[in-house]
Amino acid sequence: MADPTKEESTAAQDTAVAQDPAAKQNAQVLALLHSLFGEATFTDVHEPYGLLTVTTKREHIHHIVAGLQQDETLKFHFLTTMCGINYPENLNQELGMIYHLHSLVHNIRLRIKIFFPLADPVVPTLTDLYATANWMEREAYDFFGIIFTGHPNLRRILNVEDMDYHPMRRQYPLEDGTREDKTDLFFGR
Amino acid sequence: MAVNDALAGTHKIIEEAKEQQGGQLVPTLNDFSQELTTLNLGPTHPATHGIFQNILQMDGERIISGVPTIGYIHRAFEKIAERRPFYQITPLTDRMNYCSSPINNMGWHMTVEKLLGVTVPKRAQYMRVIMMELARIADHLICNSILGVDTGAFTGFLYVFQEREKIYEIYEEVCGSRLTTNMGRVGGMERDFSPVALDKLRKWLKEFPAVMKEFEAMFNRNRIFMDRVVNVGPITAEKALNYGFTGPNLRAAGVDYDVRVMNPYSSYEDFEFDIPVGTNGDTYDRFLVRNEEIWQSLRIINQALDKLPDGPFHADAPHYYLPPKQAVYKNMEALIYHFKIIMGEIDAPVGEVYHSVEGGNGELGFYLISDGGRTPYRLHFRRPCFIYYQAYSEMVVGTSLSDAIVILSSMNVIAGELDA
Repeated sequence: MADPTKEESTAAQDTAVAQDPAAKQNAQVLALLHSLFGEATFTDVHEPYGLLTVTTKREHIHHIVAGLQQDETLKFHFLTTMCGINYPENLNQELGMIYHLHSLVHNIRLRIKIFFPLADPVVPTLTDLYATANWMEREAYDFFGIIFTGHPNLRRILNVEDMDYHPMRRQYPLEDGTREDKTDLFFGR
Repeated sequence: MAVNDALAGTHKIIEEAKEQQGGQLVPTLNDFSQELTTLNLGPTHPATHGIFQNILQMDGERIISGVPTIGYIHRAFEKIAERRPFYQITPLTDRMNYCSSPINNMGWHMTVEKLLGVTVPKRAQYMRVIMMELARIADHLICNSILGVDTGAFTGFLYVFQEREKIYEIYEEVCGSRLTTNMGRVGGMERDFSPVALDKLRKWLKEFPAVMKEFEAMFNRNRIFMDRVVNVGPITAEKALNYGFTGPNLRAAGVDYDVRVMNPYSSYEDFEFDIPVGTNGDTYDRFLVRNEEIWQSLRIINQALDKLPDGPFHADAPHYYLPPKQAVYKNMEALIYHFKIIMGEIDAPVGEVYHSVEGGNGELGFYLISDGGRTPYRLHFRRPCFIYYQAYSEMVVGTSLSDAIVILSSMNVIAGELDA
């Protein structure tokens, strides 16, 4: 299982970056990020398909998003989406949250990732910054069991309340593994 | 038991009232004003247009809080998508915003094309634009006419429902299906527009503006309608942005954010159109913005039809473009590729891609993480309805029940997109 954060750049990706005029803009945004929050805060910086992607630690995430929202140069006033992800192979980094921010004024998109262990899935909430984070965080809690400290109403949102597991984790396969009448043997070898 | 309890409560109130009034039997209205009513609006109420519940606390006629419950038609699309090859995810996207499924389909196909690095020829891009704008018109027509129904004007609904029917007939000519369409393919369209389809489209483009004018004349300055919608459920631009509004709901609040202009896809930069904006983001503004967007969509369709270039209607990408069925019957190579694509034997490159299109309700985003297999490692849908519906509980506070219904239908919340 490959980890997209350590991917090789493909030919398609290179052409997409070359065609995208945002590549230069991304460099400026990255420089600004470094000057605001320090260079050591961000690891694994890359630009898949022209969208600047940085990885940071969960201790910094609230500080960074708040700083980006208040910053007068970047004006990241819009939280496009956020979602959880599960990489069971990455030891002590099994779970992750991925945030997409959008500066509507300058039309810059930014993707921020954080990873943390499955045993300690606690992340600070962003509901105090963006009202829209409320349901997205509830969805991430519902699907992945990520606990957002400070969330006003962290309950399941799409699944039933009495469900006792978090179904989007990779350990729960979509189909019942004990069934013998359905087999994948001849499908998608 | 519950009924007895409730009755006992009532008796208690009457007894108390009797005491306060000095033994009078008939309590006055003031004695009941302290009682809050809990009203379940939904899950299946005709006026909610879908299956979601709103538990309203009401003080007389006034709503003092609203708690939404969603997830009634949650189908775990994100989980299912992890097991499906890219083509088989298309029907999942259909079923999100089922009022404008071509937009969802093509948004998904464009996401996959971005991942694969497939360039789509101009003709296919223009054809997509035509179909997507038709879908947007159908979506807005339904939303606005149902808003009319909720304010008591059924006639307008009947006027434009016929037009939606005609749009569906055009879909039918293009791809054979009506509601959950399958005209798009990775790399282009399934087939070229047939002469019949083009005839139907041109005929509709000629006839529709008159109907639309009639519809607007019926509502736009209608005294009864305006009494029901002006200054109902207003939302400021700052709050709308904070709540993640996009699409007509955000534009009604005065922010001219449109994905088609800001991040053009599928040749939208070739066409001239305006972004209508409102001023105070109330129900009336949302209605007017949608109406104006229908006119702008008509402009785009007309331009695209006039400029429709000749050439192939799909990219030359045999590894990814599903061959037309006729070719599969006659051509060995097409048969092989058809088999390989359907059986998911062709792997996608490693990468992650976010692509968004302007759906009927706003920015519909697809965040796809591929680990190099035949299925996505993770697929996240940014569903505009899911994101802005959480503002509803705040927007209804202080209004009456009839206003709550109108606000809900002006926001155009589609249950399929809400839950996914």
